[in-house]
Amino acid sequence: GAIGLAGGAQAQDALEPNTLEEIRSYNNYYEFGTGKEDPAQNAHNLDTSDWSVKVDGLVDNPGDYALADLLDGLSVEERIYRFRCVEAWSMVVPWNGIELADILSKVGVQETAKYVAFETVVQPDNMIGVQRRVLDFPYVEGLRLDEAMHPLTIMATGLYDEPLANQNGAPIRLVVPWKYGFKSIKSIVRITLTDQEPPTSWNKANAREYGFYSNVNPTVDHPRWSQATERLIGGGLFAGRQDTLMFNGYPEVASLYEGMDLSVDI
Amino acid sequence: MSIVDRLNQSLRKIPTWTIYIVGTAWVVWLFYLAATNRMGPEPINALEREYGELGLKLIVLGLMVTPLRKFTGLNLMKFRRAIGVTAFFVVLAHFLVWALLDVGTIGRGWTEIVKRPYVTVGMASFVMLIPLALTSNNLSIRKLGGATWRKLHKLTYPVALFAVVHYLWLVKGFQIEPFVYLILVIVLLALRQSLPNWRATSAKRTA
Repeated sequence: GAIGLAGGAQAQDALEPNTLEEIRSYNNYYEFGTGKEDPAQNAHNLDTSDWSVKVDGLVDNPGDYALADLLDGLSVEERIYRFRCVEAWSMVVPWNGIELADILSKVGVQETAKYVAFETVVQPDNMIGVQRRVLDFPYVEGLRLDEAMHPLTIMATGLYDEPLANQNGAPIRLVVPWKYGFKSIKSIVRITLTDQEPPTSWNKANAREYGFYSNVNPTVDHPRWSQATERLIGGGLFAGRQDTLMFNGYPEVASLYEGMDLSVDI
Repeated sequence: MSIVDRLNQSLRKIPTWTIYIVGTAWVVWLFYLAATNRMGPEPINALEREYGELGLKLIVLGLMVTPLRKFTGLNLMKFRRAIGVTAFFVVLAHFLVWALLDVGTIGRGWTEIVKRPYVTVGMASFVMLIPLALTSNNLSIRKLGGATWRKLHKLTYPVALFAVVHYLWLVKGFQIEPFVYLILVIVLLALRQSLPNWRATSAKRTA
């Protein structure tokens, strides 16, 4: 729905988006290699034709949905969001997407569901990084149901009014702007409603460094580097760093975490 | 004449200052690429990594000089000092980009050095390079005496190991490149440990 943007359209307009070229050339998508330029170079091999998304678990209408059917009748909005990587760089991206809540309502979330799990496609022949086993593929991610239902959480299908480039997670990806970028899982083929906290890829790889929540939090450092500041992409060699904002500048989500110690539940 | 002999012969004609010229030009070229946005949309980290990896490559190359001569006869000995000194300057550039362009303030830099083990290890590697660079001249060899000088320059081994640990520690997930450097450095250091024996046995064989 259009009510979504708590914080207001004003905050959204104040952000200066990165260029399409920047957004398409600086990516983390380890299925296509670990270098920032690898996904742009290798992701053209991804086959996005006849895309379908399996929806299963605690839902009323499970099934394999053709992408068009899953999104049919739902409204696509532009959302200009900050995007903060756990590696302490950031961008501003003008996404086109659908609120995840709208999709979840469509498939009918059952009362017992507490979490949403997501899975990225695996095409070993088309993804050179999959053979290298940098991570345990398929890439998986998850959200608590209330995070998933939050109006800021979208499923993006495009940016700058163009379909997503493969390296940006075509044809459909999650965008959770108050969490580190790796939570915003790409090229989704499966959405599972569950009552258990689902495993997440980076947490499986290194639980000490990557928690389930992974909210952007300048006061809680990654064990190996500080999260207090970030490099904004596009500033050039002499731009320096800017301060990182709590919840990446989306304080309206704070109520989701009331009563939690965010230095423990990272 | 073997290929190695021919190679050695042509290498003898190359003056050592070529290494300094090429090294400097390389560092300046990389800086130029980063400053003019030709190193991708995030040039700070890109340049930091380029300098870091180039520094590590030169350190490894420096460690290869002796084994290469022992095992293949290829003689790069006259370039070794230039390779080492160039490595120092490249690592200095790596440090400066990190300190001035990335973290930006002395306070933040110090916190990183103290708090982040991978930075601490990298910093230790850099600090150990300083006395090596300062004593890479004939005067220092004479003043210190050959034995002391050689002992001091064994610091190259921890410099290489610390540099690789620094690299291993900063990447995310399982990545192959730092492991390749780790194996290379371990092999090169192991070869050194066995060099005296190898020489002794080959000397025995010829006797």
